[in-house]
Amino acid sequence: MEFREVEYMSSLHWAILSPFFIACFIPLVYKQFHRVHTGWFVLFLPIVLFIYFTGFIHEVGDGRHLSASLGWIPSLGINFDVYADGLSLLFSLLITGIGALVILYSIYYLDKDKEKLHTFYVYLLLFMGSMLGLVLSDNLIVLYMFWEFTSLSSFLLIGYWYHRERSRYGAQKSLLITVLGGLSMLGGFVLLSFMGDTYSIRELMGQTGELATDPLFTASLLLILLGAFTKSAQFPFHIWLPDAMEAPTPVSAYLHSATMVKAGIYLVARLSPVFAESSLWFWLIASAGILTLVWGSYSAVKQTDLKAILAYSTISQLGMIMSLLGAGAAALHYESMDKNIYMAATVAAVFHLINHATFKGSLFMAAGIVDHETGTRDIRKLGGLMNFMPITFTITIIGAFSMAGLPPFNGFLSKEMFFTSMVRVTEMEIFNMETWGVLFPVLAWVGSIFTFVYSMIIVLKTFTGKFKPEKLEKKPHEAPLGMLIPPVILASLVIIFGFFPNLLASTVIEPAVAAIQPGLSQKQFQIHISHWHGFTIELYMTLGVILLGSLLYITWDKWKCVYHIIPGRLSLNRMYDALLAGMERGSIGVTKLFMTGYIRTYLVYIFLFFIVSLGITLWREDAFAFDVGNTAPVRLYEVIISVIIATSAIVILFAKSRLTSIIILGAIGYMVSLFFVLFRAPDLALTQLVIETISVALFLLCFYHLPKLSSRKEERVAFRLNNALISIGVGVIVALIALSSHSNKLFESISNYYIENAYEEAGGKNIVNVILVDFRGLDTMFEITVLGIAALGIFALIKLRLARGTLKDENE
Amino acid sequence: MEIVMAVVIGILFMSATYLMLSKSILRIIIGTGLLSHGAHLLILTMGGLKRGSVPLLGESAGPYVDPLPQALILTAIVISFGVTSLFLVVAYRTYQELGTDNMDKLRGKESNE
Repeated sequence: MEFREVEYMSSLHWAILSPFFIACFIPLVYKQFHRVHTGWFVLFLPIVLFIYFTGFIHEVGDGRHLSASLGWIPSLGINFDVYADGLSLLFSLLITGIGALVILYSIYYLDKDKEKLHTFYVYLLLFMGSMLGLVLSDNLIVLYMFWEFTSLSSFLLIGYWYHRERSRYGAQKSLLITVLGGLSMLGGFVLLSFMGDTYSIRELMGQTGELATDPLFTASLLLILLGAFTKSAQFPFHIWLPDAMEAPTPVSAYLHSATMVKAGIYLVARLSPVFAESSLWFWLIASAGILTLVWGSYSAVKQTDLKAILAYSTISQLGMIMSLLGAGAAALHYESMDKNIYMAATVAAVFHLINHATFKGSLFMAAGIVDHETGTRDIRKLGGLMNFMPITFTITIIGAFSMAGLPPFNGFLSKEMFFTSMVRVTEMEIFNMETWGVLFPVLAWVGSIFTFVYSMIIVLKTFTGKFKPEKLEKKPHEAPLGMLIPPVILASLVIIFGFFPNLLASTVIEPAVAAIQPGLSQKQFQIHISHWHGFTIELYMTLGVILLGSLLYITWDKWKCVYHIIPGRLSLNRMYDALLAGMERGSIGVTKLFMTGYIRTYLVYIFLFFIVSLGITLWREDAFAFDVGNTAPVRLYEVIISVIIATSAIVILFAKSRLTSIIILGAIGYMVSLFFVLFRAPDLALTQLVIETISVALFLLCFYHLPKLSSRKEERVAFRLNNALISIGVGVIVALIALSSHSNKLFESISNYYIENAYEEAGGKNIVNVILVDFRGLDTMFEITVLGIAALGIFALIKLRLARGTLKDENE
Repeated sequence: MEIVMAVVIGILFMSATYLMLSKSILRIIIGTGLLSHGAHLLILTMGGLKRGSVPLLGESAGPYVDPLPQALILTAIVISFGVTSLFLVVAYRTYQELGTDNMDKLRGKESNE
């Protein structure tokens, strides 16, 4: 892999790792300063990091990129390489900026006496660090690692109220779906590194042309997109996001609308230079995005829970950004600048990314306030809150109108740009756009109408209409000031960006677009976002959205039956549940097939494996050899001993009484020690004699307590036949191995070393003893340890009975 | 002699396996005992039989038989004694507590059944 010049822990590394460091101290702080809300201690970190990242805006805006490398596993090309360009910087600012607001909000949202704050903030910091690592890594494997860390911390945060069944369900669902995508993404990364021989994203971008012709290119594209789509909740993988709303609202605002779910978008944007040559990339991203937009906004309208509406709305907005990135990919196919109208789609994507974070963040926080102060988020119970919560009402209006695409808010600007891009897509001369291209603006328009409808539902059903105090758990009142500050800041940003969009254009958007489309040098384009384009088709589309949307809102009761067209059991959620239940049943079934719980079954597996594996090896390797020569001479008494052992071993099978079995076993043991004498092993013979005597004594001691040998008649013939076959197999294999090992002497014994050195090195004449206590002294020590453990076990077993006995006495 | 030993070892392994596959705990224990005898003889046979004198330096002139298998077997004998005795006590206690030595009746119940 490529040589890197910088090898140090840069400030960027520290910025990524700082949340992890701080997280280590949170439990301690929580214990020590229990009277102060832990959130106050955490709050300073995102603020400091935000200021730190703003410092880069100017530098990155000039086209300079920060990078640093830290060796991790250099031999595999895996290094902790960080790289900050416009896109990474934009995400870092979002992560730390929204993070600071969310933490401030959470201080008032989570009660310090009732909630386990230390775990909450540890998870949140874990997420913040991983997300920063994700957007700043240049190495694909490191990126993957942080990617999975975000999935894990999201899982922990969704399951924060783990005593609720729905929380656990949502946490599991999100983990299963996002980790499934993450794994497939890892596969795509590995394929990509096969093709490009590097894990560095920047180096991969350099070889775009060569990669596109590789046979693995399509496979890696599909695998990586699966990862991006699951993470960013694209249809049909969006089903985890509504269930993730079981998390505390600050988490929903932070992870599940502003940052984590945009990781998929980040990945698509980041890898656009690598893949955008392919028409498959365009078609998949643009169509998945637009389908998600329509389906998400259509589903949002029927929800009754405020957070569920916001969740489906997030899905649909993510789809919108995704489709814009798809359209933007077309820009790479046009060399000349004047034709390059498709670049505008990328600008719109980046702009809407920021806008979405602001208005959706403020809406989530407002929904959290409503939930916190009334005790419910059900819009059927809410209504007429305008007079009780005027500030929250204002925030919601600003957020919802921006989401609906109404002027003068920032959502209007990006929505107009979105329409422009979708209309322009139809004019494309590549990718067979003339066939299906016309669907893009139509679907975009339909999706926007539903977006308008649910935005109105959020505002009007919650804050206007009849006030129903009897359905609320608490008497509603305005939230405390600290809880209002974060959404007020976000809502002000919605207005500021709405009036002065060009504040963002040159500072943040241009560098980010330059990072997504590196083919265009930054000097080549100047982004100017304007409010008024004249009487264009986009303006008529917006007017149409407002007219039709209002009409649909008013006539909601007349057409809501369309939601019953698709029966509930065909819904994606039911399919997911059925799939999960099926897999659970299947795996239990498969496991039960071989994990029977009978020790005999497991022994059969072991013996069968023994026979088959050794038999096949003997046969395949042609290892069996039979050589009668070079054997030791056979004496008569040796034959007698052999015959005694063999007959005893067979007779013991038919022994009916315990005593006979024990005596035969003892006899075999003594015969074996006789063999040891004959085979020049006096130490073995001595040990065997002693041990055999003790064993027989032990057997006889237990004799009265041991059960009778169960009559063999209880066992069926087939059972015994099976056993006999397996045992004959084992016996034959072992005999063959013994014969082969005698006949094949592949190498010289290593024992000569011991024979030569026993006296010089260890000063002992008994070589066996020297090996045991000196050369292999550690083995012997472990052997003694094993004996000690066995002795302790025996002792404990006998003591256990005494303990039980006393317990019984007490009970009596 | 090695060929005779190979047959003896095969028979020891065969009846050890048969005993271990039966349902009674005592027969399983006897089976493990037989198996360890077989394994010890196997290791010894693999090293070659009677190819020299007792491995005691100075007692007789070399060559000596291979001392390494003997050292290994010595360890194995002691360990198998430990295993057998622990096994015996477990069997004894099981029988006392549960009144059976039939392995099928001792099968654990899965908690989620």
